[in-house]
Amino acid sequence: MSRSETLRLKQIKANLERRAIILDGIRAFFKKEGFLEVETPLLVPQAAPEQFIAPFTVNGWFLSTSPEMHMKRLLAAGYGSVFQITHCFRKGERGRLHNPEFTMLEWYRVDADYQQIIDDTERLVQAVAGDLGPGTTISYQGQDIDLARPWPRTTVSKAFRKSADWDPVLRLDPERFDLDLVDKVMPGFSNNRPTVLMDYPAANASMARLKPGDRKVAERAEVFIGGLELANAYTELTDAAELEKRFRKVIEETGDSEGHRPLPGRFLKAMADLPACSGIALGVDRLVMLLCDAAAIDEVVAFPRELA
Amino acid sequence: MSIEISEVNRNTKLLIDGVPFAVEDVNFVKPGKGRAIYRIRMRNLFDGVAKEITYHSGDRVEEVSIVAHDMQYLYEEGDHRVFMDTESYEQHPVSKDLLGNKAQFLKESMIVSAVMMGTRIIGVDLPKFVELKVVESAVSTRTDTVTAQMKAVRVETGATVNVPTFVKEGDTLKIDTRTGTYVERVTKK
Repeated sequence: MSRSETLRLKQIKANLERRAIILDGIRAFFKKEGFLEVETPLLVPQAAPEQFIAPFTVNGWFLSTSPEMHMKRLLAAGYGSVFQITHCFRKGERGRLHNPEFTMLEWYRVDADYQQIIDDTERLVQAVAGDLGPGTTISYQGQDIDLARPWPRTTVSKAFRKSADWDPVLRLDPERFDLDLVDKVMPGFSNNRPTVLMDYPAANASMARLKPGDRKVAERAEVFIGGLELANAYTELTDAAELEKRFRKVIEETGDSEGHRPLPGRFLKAMADLPACSGIALGVDRLVMLLCDAAAIDEVVAFPRELA
Repeated sequence: MSIEISEVNRNTKLLIDGVPFAVEDVNFVKPGKGRAIYRIRMRNLFDGVAKEITYHSGDRVEEVSIVAHDMQYLYEEGDHRVFMDTESYEQHPVSKDLLGNKAQFLKESMIVSAVMMGTRIIGVDLPKFVELKVVESAVSTRTDTVTAQMKAVRVETGATVNVPTFVKEGDTLKIDTRTGTYVERVTKK
């Protein structure tokens, strides 16, 4: 074993020990809540059509970018509320907060909407943080963050008006949206409290349903803590025809440049039976970073890409 | 060669409006469902000035091959100095402007490292230290202050160097080419 590898692994050992406690805490939380832990394949025949998420290809198959479609097939079969901790693979995503292979916690609660799944998230993070120390205040990168629930909520419309002087819900400029989110809106969030950003423009709905009574926005929420984008939640769209329409639009827009991106037929077929539910995907590495006061994902992953 | 912005890393050299840049840092930011944003910090290889440019996923940039070749200094010719690639034996004239102050320490048959963009030399790195013989031990200069401990001498390449007073004509000196300063007197072999 090389000296630098031994040194590095020794340096991050305390973080990886905390990581193990966090994983135990997550499982304990969901078992207590009556969720079934499931496993879905990493090697898949189709990746979910997403405009800005590129899959790795393996002999004409794909490495899973998200367990969403398979978990929803279980939901459609009547499994009830389910959760999973799994690896996801996203090509080209590498940086201080990104590794192309990362760990995702994803859960679905039946008969719930995005408000309830955000409530789950608050209780989960508070419980897991509680396993590591007393109180609800953590210290991350020099800032004290109070995790006590409920977490402050804002909407995309309000947050952009406040920090970026425009309202993406009225008229969406997709390129400016991502840039302003990163450069203006996120820095405008509290340093000492989590932020739940809710009600994304309908065009950014992805697989979320549109808000009943205000179809300009989707019931999609993201959780930000300490400058980290931690989780993305939907009240799930259960309209199979609408979902297929959205998928076709993405496939058209991405121009199929990554090779083969067929419509996920089995998934779409199952959607006719998807019960009312809400789901969320939470970046486990980011949660571990937060609870280890780690600035980079490499400090909480034993073997990031360049060292794998 | 045109490459995707996602392929750029810390070793990449980019050509922007005809100017080569060395990438020093890639800051990757991406909202989960959104576009990737690449903030690339790079240094202009001509003037050394650093800057940052923001790119988005799907953007393409021009990668340029920049490699160092060992070259031997041959001779002076007008406004140029002529070097020869020690592998291909091709000769390359390099303008004195490009060489700047380094030119005054070039000695015939000295091996230098020439930084090449395609077939064009864009920089020449001398060895950090060169050994040069003193040809004139008492040079009066208007710019250099002659102190009690230091005096100016001229070395075989024509450069003027400040040295301790004990240095004599015929001595060989070790000179730091980055600063142009005297390091030590080399004892004769």
